[in-house]
Order: sequence, then C-alpha cells, then structure tokens
Amino acid sequence: MDRHGAMSAPETSPACAADDTGAAAGSACRTISRVEATVTAARGAAPAPSATKTITLDVENMVCGGCMRKVETALAAVPGVISAKANLASKRANVVIGDAQEADAGKLIGALGAIGFGAKEFAPEAMPSAKQTVTLAVENMVCGGCMRKVETALAAVPGVISARTNLSAKRVTVVFGEAREGGAGKLIDALAAIGFNAAELAPETIQTGPDTGRYLLNRLAVAGFAAMNIMLFSVSVWASSDASDPTHSLFHWISAIIAVPAVAYSGQPFFRSAWEALKRLRVNMDVPISLAIFLATAMSVFQTIKGSDQVYFDAGVSLLFFLLIGRYLDQRVRVRARGAAENLLSLKAQWAYVIDKDGSVERLPSRLVEPGMRLAVAAGERFPADGVIVHGTTSIDESLITGETLPREAQANATVYAGSVNLGAPVEMEARAAEADTLLAQIARLMETAEQARGRYVRLADRAAEFYAPAVHTLAATSFAGWMIAGAGWEYSLTIAIAVLIITCPCALALAVPAVQVAASARLFDRGILLKAADGLERLADADTVVFDKTGTLTAGVPSLANGAGIADADLKAAAALATSSRHPYAQAVTAAAKARFGSVQAVSGIEETPGAGLCRVTDAGEERLGSASWCGVSQGEAGAASLWYARPGAKPVAFRFEDKLREDAAETISVLKNADYEIVLLSGDREEAVKIAASAAGIEDWHAALKPQEKIERIEALKAQGRHVLMVGDGLNDAPALAAAHASLSPSTAADVSQTASDAVFQGARLMPLIELLATARKTRTMAFQNFAIAAGYNMLFIPLAMAGMVTPLIAAIAMSTSSIIVTVNALRLRTAKLELAQ
Amino acid sequence: MTALAWLVPLALLMGALGLAAFLWSLKVGQYEDLEGSAYRALEDEPPAAGERR
Repeated sequence: MDRHGAMSAPETSPACAADDTGAAAGSACRTISRVEATVTAARGAAPAPSATKTITLDVENMVCGGCMRKVETALAAVPGVISAKANLASKRANVVIGDAQEADAGKLIGALGAIGFGAKEFAPEAMPSAKQTVTLAVENMVCGGCMRKVETALAAVPGVISARTNLSAKRVTVVFGEAREGGAGKLIDALAAIGFNAAELAPETIQTGPDTGRYLLNRLAVAGFAAMNIMLFSVSVWASSDASDPTHSLFHWISAIIAVPAVAYSGQPFFRSAWEALKRLRVNMDVPISLAIFLATAMSVFQTIKGSDQVYFDAGVSLLFFLLIGRYLDQRVRVRARGAAENLLSLKAQWAYVIDKDGSVERLPSRLVEPGMRLAVAAGERFPADGVIVHGTTSIDESLITGETLPREAQANATVYAGSVNLGAPVEMEARAAEADTLLAQIARLMETAEQARGRYVRLADRAAEFYAPAVHTLAATSFAGWMIAGAGWEYSLTIAIAVLIITCPCALALAVPAVQVAASARLFDRGILLKAADGLERLADADTVVFDKTGTLTAGVPSLANGAGIADADLKAAAALATSSRHPYAQAVTAAAKARFGSVQAVSGIEETPGAGLCRVTDAGEERLGSASWCGVSQGEAGAASLWYARPGAKPVAFRFEDKLREDAAETISVLKNADYEIVLLSGDREEAVKIAASAAGIEDWHAALKPQEKIERIEALKAQGRHVLMVGDGLNDAPALAAAHASLSPSTAADVSQTASDAVFQGARLMPLIELLATARKTRTMAFQNFAIAAGYNMLFIPLAMAGMVTPLIAAIAMSTSSIIVTVNALRLRTAKLELAQ
Repeated sequence: MTALAWLVPLALLMGALGLAAFLWSLKVGQYEDLEGSAYRALEDEPPAAGERR
C-alpha cells in the first residue's frame, strides 16, 4: 500500500533566461513551449521518513556529453543539493536535495538558466500523454453493444475528446482535452448512469514500459517469415542431389542473407537470457538453445562460403520459430492474468470523502488520500485509509484486519485501519502516514521476509534444465570429440554435434510447459479463478497441507442471525420491518433472516435512525426500538448476551445474536480435501469459542485460535519444517504474511488488497469449491507437463543415438523436433476441457 | 534458369510485404482488442473521432 506522494506546484520557469543574461554556453534556448512543474516527493517503498527529496527536471537543450557535465556541475553547486544526475537520453536531470528550505525547483531552474539551459520541472501526471488519459476498468462490458454504449456515454462527458474501449481487456481509455478536476469521478458516474460498474486503474499499474508481448511477437513474425522462405529453398535444394548445381550455391546464399539477420534479431530473447545466466556462472536452458542456433548458423555460413552442401539454416531458424511460440504463449498467460487481477483490484477500490478546510466534501479515490487529510466515513462504509478518529464514537468491525469478528468500540484518537468497517455512527478521521509501529507496517515487514523465502522456489522447467543443460552439452561435446578421434574431420564432427544439440533441445521444456499452463489458466479463468503467479500452478500441485483462515475464508464474512429459531415470528417480522431501512450489517442480517422465513418483508414508514444507537418508530402503542442494549433499555447485566435488541412497549426486549456463517459448501470442500489426503489446519485470529464452533462445523480437527500474524507464520514455518508443502487460503490483512510465507496461496476476491497481491490465485464467488478445481487442475497440469517431458525424452532417446552415430542430418533433426513440438502442444490442449477430479 | 533471377526476388518481396504488413498492423495496435474489433466491424456508425490510433 504505497501512498502516492506527489503534490502539484505549478510554476512558470524563467523562460529563456539565457538569452537575457547572454551567458549562453553556445546553445541558445529558443524553444520552450511547454511549462510543466511538479515537485515529486521521494517515494520510498518502505515508509521510512526521509528528509531528502528528489526533483526531476526536464532540461530542454542538453544534447551532448559536455552539456550533461555542465548541468550536473551547475546543479550540484546549488546550496542544499546532495546529488545531481543528468540523463542525456531522456533529457532529464534528477536532483536529490536534503533540505526543502535551502533548495527548491525554482532555484535549480535559475541555476541552469544562468548557464544557458532551459529547464522545467518534470511532472509524471502533467505529461501530455499521462495528463489527459485515464484508463478505466469496466466490469460488465461484455458485448459489442455495450462497447458502443460506453463510448457514447463517455464522449458525452464535457472535456472528453475520445473514448476507446478494449473489450478483451475490459478497459476503456479516455482522452481529455484539458486538465480535469476531481479525478475520473465524472466518467465513472456517467457509466454508472447507464448501468456499468467502472473504476479508475491506478496509473502505476498501466504498462508504460516496453511491451514484452509486442517485443516477442515482432521477433516471432520475423522468425516465421525466415523459416518459411528458407524451408522453401531447402526443399528445392534437397530435391536435387547434384551438389555441383549452381542453383544450390545461389539458394544457400539467399538463405544466408535471410537467416543471418533473422537469427540476430529473433534470437535476442534467448541470447540475452543465456548471457545473463553465464555472467552469473549459471547454466539455464537458453544456453544450449543459443549455442545450437549460433553454431548452426555460423557453421552454415562457413559451408556456404566454402560452397559445400552441408548447410542448415532451415534447422536453426525453424528451431527459433518454435521456441519463440513457446516464449510468447508463456508471456501471454502472465499478462492476461495480471490485467484481470488489476481490474479486479481497482473495481474493489473505494472512494474517500475528503473534508476540505472550508467544510465542503470532495470525493476522491482512496489511493489518492494523503496523510493529514480529513475524511468523513459514513456508517456501514469501510475506512479508506489508516488514521485516527477525530470526531465521533463508533464501533468498528476489524475482521479483515485481525480476524476478530466482535466489533471494537472506538472513540476520538483511536487508531483505525484501512479496510475495517465502520458499523456505528458516521465519524471524521484524519489520515496518517503508515508509521513504523503500526500493524500495517509490521505486516509489511513480515511479508518482506516471508516473500524472500518463496523467491527461492525454482520452476519445474528450470529444475529440469539444471541437469538437462549439462547433459546436452556433454553429449554434443562427446560426439564431436568421438568423431574427431575417429578421424572424420572437424567440419563433419561439428555438423554431428550441432545435430545432437538441436535434437536434444528441449522443446518440451520451452514450449510444452507453457502450452500446458496456457490451457490450465484458460480453464481456471472460465471457472472464476484468476491465476496470478506464473509458477503458481507448480507450487499448488506440490501442496499436501491446506491451512485455512476462518473469517471471510471458511466463513462468508458477513454476519447472519444465529438465534433465529428462538425468536417468535411476530418479533422477527416487526424487527425486520424496522431493519429494512438501515444499511447496518446487523440490520441487513435481520432482514435477510426475515426474508428467508416469510418470503418478503413489509416496509413501514416513520422510522428514525440514530447513528451508533439504533432505529425507532412511534406506533399507536408507544415506541418500538431496534438497536444496541442501551438504546433499547436493556440492563447492564443482560447487555452482554447479544449484540442487537428489539424492544416494544409492554414486552421484554428480544435478543438477536449473530454469527459469521460458514460458506455453504465449506464442510463439503473440507471432506473432499480430506478424502484426497490433504492435511487440514485452521489458523484464526478470532476468539477461541468462535473458532471452535466453525472448526467443528467444517470438520477440522486441527485448529488454533487468537493467533497474531507473526504466530500464523510460525505455525506455517513449523509445518514447513516437517517437510510439508503448505497451501494457505486466507483473506485478511492479518493473513497476508502467512500467504506470502506459505508454499502456495489462494484468496477470495473479497480479500484485502495486500492479501490478494500476496496470493498466487484469487477465486470469485460465494463458494469454496473453486479450491478443489484449482488443486485438481494444478495436479493435472503437472501430470501433463511430465507427460510432455516423457514424449520429448522418448524422441530424444530414439534420435540421439542415431544423431551421434551420424545418421541424422540437422535437417532431419529439425523435422523430428518440430513433430515432437506439435505433439506436446496438442497433448496440452486436452486440459482445456478435461473432466478433473481431485484424487489421492 | 533465368526465370529464377526474377522469380526468387519476387517471391521474397511478396513474403517481405506480408511480414511488413503484419509488423505494421501489430504496431498500430490491431491486435490489442481482438474481441472488440470483431464487433466494431459490424457497427454502422462512422468511427468516432480519435478512435484510430
């Protein structure tokens, strides 16, 4: 939860100061048209209070290395500047200043102006492209008609130049003509008016850097083009056996002209990754791949120059083409899952009602709330930020933070956390920065250490590569050495070594595993499960122990009436009639119980709500009341028996007790898991009685209550120490460190943001069964990945001896490899529709 | 055999044109919303201003 700490301070730069002073260092400053200014406060990921501040300047006419040095020197000479770094490519300078009193942007710009450089402050959100563009996630845009409706509605909003929907991503990009006020609120309102649920995507989640999908697709296209054309030439060359035919030489030369640039361009992803690995003295799968492609190409160029017929451009380029397909598929799964997860998170994001100094209330997305702002929080709403209560008394449901289901009373000066629900009266709060000793900061620290542990997980394909790559190299080197000793000459020996390299090139690792994962994540996506981590499926398949959180995970997370059976029909009916007018969770639970019993609830008029106390209505007989114990006149002694009371004239007050009910299929899910030999543990931050009831209802024997986040991690570490692979399922902020510490993790889509971010997968809906589907799919995915390894290994076992014996030319090697690629891909696609059951 | 002198360059040129067309369509973002484009093709109204990127 990083707070965006940028404040806007428009300021006019002294335009062309250099011309006036005449101190221009040869470079005249003529063209300063845009004036942008912002002070970007240093944004540390950690909430460490930093006294330093970074100012970024756009330096207009910094065009050479000399200018760069001049700029840096001039900036460093300004009092208060700690360091200054100029970047020639982006024409920007980053200045770190220690004390805002001594140096500010104006002084820096002045210093640059004095040596002839026009500068202004760089503002990320003031850049033409960023300033005027807003991206919204639109939840229920599903058809062509919706697209048109959304675009028309947005175009009608004043100031909007264009609106462009993207149906696949369920997003819409809106371009504004001028700077806008109040965020994307107007756009979201306009969409809400025609029935679409939309939310603004945080600017930092929208990809601005190089698009890896396009990067790979460009290379894939070039490799495909080259492979097709070279293959055509090869067919004609191989068709005639007369090596002295001049067309052979011609076709080899044309192939070389196509292949060399194509390999240099399309091979980059592999070469780069292989080089990175070699630099760290490690071997990954890209090393033999790069070696095979490079050797095949270099060898073929040599043979072409020599005029020999042993030319294998086709093999190298088609290998590259197939491998790039795998790389691209792998990347697409990740991007798609991440985009969907981002949409989900922003749609969940909420508004904060900021009280200005003059008392007016402004609506702002809660991520833009800054420390010091005063916020109004109505009853029934979630607190949008961490802070303290300034005005009012209320009760707070902190179940998402601590797992505790009983509301906590809070007065002025009480600390509140983002995500907890205000159950009582409207309150005013002041947002505070996350401090080192708050629960949130503590959880952030715990998560950091926990995540490091997971970072050590090595993906299946990489683990296979660890023993596979050396084996491939050894085999190739052995065949080369063997044929050299046998006196075959180095060219022939090298050709055979290349054939061995190409044959053993593990397409099962490079293509089949991504293909299986694409099929698996598409399958899960259809069933409402979002896979977030690329290696999540592999880790989920390892799981043998499932650790549940209680509140919001095993349970639905909303209160429901517990003692309904003990309440007379007439009482429930009358209480529900009052309750319908309130948004309080307890009132809604009463209404829901009445609806379940009577089918419908009769609304009555004349109800008054006193926030923090309850509801009342004056009838002929007297006053009816529904609310807290004191509101209904219940004596202190009895008050503890229930959380809601109903009082009517001349009758004893009726007590309403609430509980957080299990998800309807929780017990069933647990029993399926048990049948499949999973160990089940319940770790909750809630009170012992509540956990005990939930555990016995769900059929869990191993449960622990009243755990702090740290203790949850300790339990998980203890399980890990026993050699268990733990799958953590949780939703609360207090579960986030445990989610990060566990081998794999899952959270419902109602979970706290931090928890969703920490988990490998997110499931939607009120049922718990997606967990079973997820585990079954993960296991099947692993099985299929192994099947594909087996297919590829089978091919290798058949062809490697032949290749080492010199009976397979690189061309045949390339064909064999392509066939195995196609077979494993088709095998993977079966997963999309397969019927799965979670077996032992 | 002389036919090769112009057939081969012609074949390569046509292939290269196809490649260039693909790279161009990728660059202007025609693959960014495959689902949406399918519906857009059926729209009667002229595209709104700024719709092309």
